[in-house]
Amino acid sequence: MVLKIVRYSKFAAFLFALASLPVFAQLPPAAERPIDFAKDIQPIFAQNCYGCHGPQMQTSGLRLDDGASALKGGNSGAVIQPGKSAESALVLRIAGAPNMMAMPPGKKLSPEQVGVIRAWIDQGAKWPASETKVAEAPRRGASHWSFQPLHKPEPPAVRDAAWVRNPVDAFVLARLEREGIAPSPEASKPTLLRRLSLDLIGLPPTPAEIAGFVNDNRPDAYERQVNRLLASPHYGEKWARYWLDLAHYGDSDGYEKDWIRPSAWRYREWVINALNSDMPFDEFTIDQLAGDLLPHPTIEQRVATGFHRNTLTNREGGVDNEQFRFENVIARASTTGLVWMGLTVGCAQCHDHKFDPTTQKDFYSLAAFFDNVEETDIDAPMPGEIGPWLETHDEYRRKRQALLDEYHVPELQKEWEAKMIDAGDHPGKYTDWDLAWDVLLKLTVGGDGEKIIRKKPEARTQREQDALTDHFITYYFYAVGDAKNKEVKFKELAEKLNKLRDSYPHLTQALTLTESKEPHKSYLRLRGNYKNLGIEVHPGTPEFLGPQPAENPTRMDLARWLVSSKNPLTARVTVNRFWQELFGTGIVKTSDDFGMQGDRPTHPQLLDWLASEFIENGWSMKKVQKIIVMSATYRQTSTGRPDLESKDPANTLLARQTRIRLPAELIRDEALAVSGLLSPKIGGPSVRPFQPDGVSELGYGAGVKWKESEGEDRYRRGLYIHFQRTTPYPLLANFDAPRGDVTVCARLRSDTPLQALNLLNDPVFLEAARAFAYRVRSEAPGDFESRLRYAYQLAVDRNPTATEHARLEQFFEKQKSIFDKEPKSVDALASAGAPDRVNEAAWVTLSSVLLNLDEFITRE
Amino acid sequence: MNINEFLSIQSRRAFFRSCAGGIGNIALANLLASEGRAGVAKSPVDDPLTAKVPPLPAKAKNVIFLFMEGAPSQMDLFDPKPALKKYHGHSLPPSLTKNLQLAFIKPTAAVLASTREFKRYGQCGMELSDLLPHTATCADDICLVRSMHSEAFNHHPGQLLLFTGSIQPGRPTLGAWSLYGLGSEAKNLPGFVVLTSGSGTSGGSDNFSSGFLPSTYAGTVFRNTGDPILYLKNPAGISNATQRNRLDVLKHLNQEHFMREADVEIASRIHSYELAFRMQASSPELLDFSKESPATLEMYGVNKEPTKPYATNCLLARRMVERGVRFVMLMHASWDHHSEINAGLTKQCGITDQPVAALIKDLKQRGLLDSTLVVWAGEFGRTPMAEIRRPEEVNNAGRDHHPNGYSIWAAGGGIRGGQVIGSTDELGLSVAEGKVHVHDLQATILRCLGFDHTKLTYHHMGRDFRLTDVEGTVVDKMLV
Repeated sequence: MVLKIVRYSKFAAFLFALASLPVFAQLPPAAERPIDFAKDIQPIFAQNCYGCHGPQMQTSGLRLDDGASALKGGNSGAVIQPGKSAESALVLRIAGAPNMMAMPPGKKLSPEQVGVIRAWIDQGAKWPASETKVAEAPRRGASHWSFQPLHKPEPPAVRDAAWVRNPVDAFVLARLEREGIAPSPEASKPTLLRRLSLDLIGLPPTPAEIAGFVNDNRPDAYERQVNRLLASPHYGEKWARYWLDLAHYGDSDGYEKDWIRPSAWRYREWVINALNSDMPFDEFTIDQLAGDLLPHPTIEQRVATGFHRNTLTNREGGVDNEQFRFENVIARASTTGLVWMGLTVGCAQCHDHKFDPTTQKDFYSLAAFFDNVEETDIDAPMPGEIGPWLETHDEYRRKRQALLDEYHVPELQKEWEAKMIDAGDHPGKYTDWDLAWDVLLKLTVGGDGEKIIRKKPEARTQREQDALTDHFITYYFYAVGDAKNKEVKFKELAEKLNKLRDSYPHLTQALTLTESKEPHKSYLRLRGNYKNLGIEVHPGTPEFLGPQPAENPTRMDLARWLVSSKNPLTARVTVNRFWQELFGTGIVKTSDDFGMQGDRPTHPQLLDWLASEFIENGWSMKKVQKIIVMSATYRQTSTGRPDLESKDPANTLLARQTRIRLPAELIRDEALAVSGLLSPKIGGPSVRPFQPDGVSELGYGAGVKWKESEGEDRYRRGLYIHFQRTTPYPLLANFDAPRGDVTVCARLRSDTPLQALNLLNDPVFLEAARAFAYRVRSEAPGDFESRLRYAYQLAVDRNPTATEHARLEQFFEKQKSIFDKEPKSVDALASAGAPDRVNEAAWVTLSSVLLNLDEFITRE
Repeated sequence: MNINEFLSIQSRRAFFRSCAGGIGNIALANLLASEGRAGVAKSPVDDPLTAKVPPLPAKAKNVIFLFMEGAPSQMDLFDPKPALKKYHGHSLPPSLTKNLQLAFIKPTAAVLASTREFKRYGQCGMELSDLLPHTATCADDICLVRSMHSEAFNHHPGQLLLFTGSIQPGRPTLGAWSLYGLGSEAKNLPGFVVLTSGSGTSGGSDNFSSGFLPSTYAGTVFRNTGDPILYLKNPAGISNATQRNRLDVLKHLNQEHFMREADVEIASRIHSYELAFRMQASSPELLDFSKESPATLEMYGVNKEPTKPYATNCLLARRMVERGVRFVMLMHASWDHHSEINAGLTKQCGITDQPVAALIKDLKQRGLLDSTLVVWAGEFGRTPMAEIRRPEEVNNAGRDHHPNGYSIWAAGGGIRGGQVIGSTDELGLSVAEGKVHVHDLQATILRCLGFDHTKLTYHHMGRDFRLTDVEGTVVDKMLV
């Protein structure tokens, strides 16, 4: 769907520009004497340059303590041109030439020193072999904890061995015992099941499930619940959300036009299915990063590459497509580094990473894996789609062709194509057709408009030909004006074609990546600017993480390397995120930064033990999650403790569980679930629940109307809500759901008055309260007390306390007296014709109170 | 114990002390610990929007950002270029345009001389176009910058750059940074409010999002139809009496739970619900213009077309500033005049010119201008060359996007009025002197609010991010 243009001629122009440095007249004159490198030059370099361009650091790839490296140059190419000092970048920089960063920063070489260096270069830049220093110093960060190989530690001995349920607890308790802190008691059974249920499937348990668990006295009762929930098809829905935050999934392009991506959900479908089937994480990784490169990839493996199709697309008129192609390459490299390695490699887009050992060259080598990808949309049929499609497809093609012929499309399009190519080749020649050409580059749906139009019709695939023809019919007016467009009646034709297409079975599409057949060169971009080409780079993993996975590594080699024993990061980073989902905070708090600026793990051995277990268990996500939730550590109460407030206010020692405000989607899911409205349907296209007017209209794509879904699709889980990037659904925005622009490794949990207004006054939540009240009244026997007890069990899985009961009864009576005076309010809330309408309306408000409790929107 | 006392942030210590058992002490200890830390509040019970004193002396307490979406044409409004007449209808010499990167037209496009008439206004003698007769009366309060430049030449990236300092989506916006740095003095209103008029903007909510900051700092849209704030009104069936009844019991139940769980997050949520109720209660008063004098209403043009929508927003902005709202952003779309530029500008100026001037005068007469920074800006400017989409139609000519030299203005809040900063070359192709980059403007705005832009940072993904990225220099000349 996204357009990609590679302009080799442009690259060549940049290279040429690089070669011709500015002529700078005010250079200090070269010294007029023979220069001795060891005596005259090396001391200047050592004193002024080695700090950044020496054995320990090679900023911008430049190293000046070693002859071969120095003469080769840095990221921008050679800096010493033997015999031509006035054209050597090194000289221009130390002399402070305009528009170049002066070197060394913060000080200035004397004109004499510059003159000596000039003379040395003019005399051939001789570097005696004896003067080359190749003493390797350990690279920065070499000893950083997360870059060390993974070894499985032995669980430590503890005094209170009885508390330990599995090795997780040994690591946690050993630390607590050192600090003299006792762990918290196990949470009550209802709290435990509510926690487990929200954590594993993202839905609250039913009163029946609670009762079943409370009455199950078998020793493995808890494990049975864990197994049941891990096997639930809702497990994939809950854990998909965490993965989609990393993939920065969205249902629209982003940027100004923010077009809807009607097939984006197909990738989400893949994630849900992969998680439900406990696809091993190594396979999960390989399919998403390089599924297209597997031998004979299945459709599902190709759909998986949709991970990297969540990049934004800028279709704004006049944008430079090469710029946004480049931005997507960068985004894919940054995302990969962050998601699998927990490293902020994107910081090295403009310069070597300030803190981590990631150099700019490392970053562009990683980016080079993605520099040669193409965005390819494919047929990715869902079960049951192929048969009907096959049966009717020929007929559909015949009818489509007949329509095209009727409106003279073949001849008009041929004419249009010829002039379009002429306009594209000669910008400015036809000012009106320039716009039509730009539109072809931006707005062709399902293909790359320029690439297709430049192919001979017989060389185009059916998909390409259709894409171009559809574009031609939709946007012909840009080229010829409205009058002519009316004459050919293309608007009418477009409507007929759409109607025809909608009346025939179709195949679900998927957004995928493929490798381009025409490889092209990758370059480092100086200061991160796409127009500023530096040295050529080749696909490669970061140098500080050891040797390359293969001689000329491919995207497949990258994927396999990420989940190999050669990469110490992936397993640690991944289990840390599981821990974060289950405790609110990771063992490494900065789950987005395992680099040198990130936090150290609070329990380093526990992290390594879990990571090793993860790999030993064949990268099974469910197995390692089960280990965590089976631990005594996980099962503790989350209640605050006076003794911990001073010793460990942030709960880093894990002497208790943590209360976690539910993420946006789960707040909705819970309200719909307890009220009985929730549709249990899993998967499928995104849905649009009720949304007030004026939300979508804030964006430029205001034409993208929010057409409310019908039937049970109004009550689907939050995961399925259509995510329009520039105007997200209010509940999601209010409760800190990510905006889908970049990877989010940990959601924030803010607390704002808009959240309160959302839960109090959003018609969706009031509807849930009405349904909840209806459910309570029909499922529980008549008196207030038993109904209240049932309502509490539904909402928060416990009985009300005596104080709560008394307070709510008081509320209820007062509410009834309010409604006695407000018949219209009663009409709005109670069902028509009910005998005790005031009572019913009061129950609706009581229900809404329960759906607003802090406890309701919190997992304890 | 008095519930309201509990809810008042100021008296929360009293509550914690008076709580039974050890729980109050826990929360108190937590609170004291957080207050003991220097700088930004960490404890959730501390309202993140509590007003803070900026590190440097500040003139501006509030900002009203008049965002003119779509890129208004500087050479028809602010920056006269009589020399263009010489080339009108012809291409510029290639030597002048060879490095020009434009969105739609080609560098060879014919020049379009402005047909507007410029005159000098105020004691300072600022040259302004006949399209801005009202703004012209404020010339001595305005600091006009004619030497703006940006590297983004498309709307969405340009708007992102203007508001977040980066052309990539995902970072916090100017309003969010202001709120993060200063908190808010508004008791019953959000600290960062967005008012819209005209069509939707390219940036959508990216222009006021909190990016990677908590959503606490995001702009809240005051809507033109329906609820002024989404979900502000009680839904059908919920009267004010019911709402109060709901909130009273909620407060009580949440407080019960707080006693059990000793989690300060619960206290924080109780506070949010009360603030929500106060927002509900106070918004009718905010929106009620009946106590404004007829002269004021007339000055803004509240009761006539075409000024009504924008005048309403300008007057609301003043009323919000009076009520302590830190950052008010008016988004007006659209100035994207690729064609029929004369008609388009006449229309947009007709809508906005009078209300904008009234806003400046009104703030001034109430003594608020000194502490309120008003900024008038688009995301970039427009080309001296014409964009002609329909050669056969008369008056079809418009102008393309042009980031290399354009105009914005600022007034009040630490800005020295009655001056023009910088200039473009005689054809308006690029900045001739006094270059001011978007990052420099941001640095200057933050300086007016009392911040060194290099020090207002937020640690995220291994890096201290700031509004101005790694660039930006305060434009000292703009300051008092």
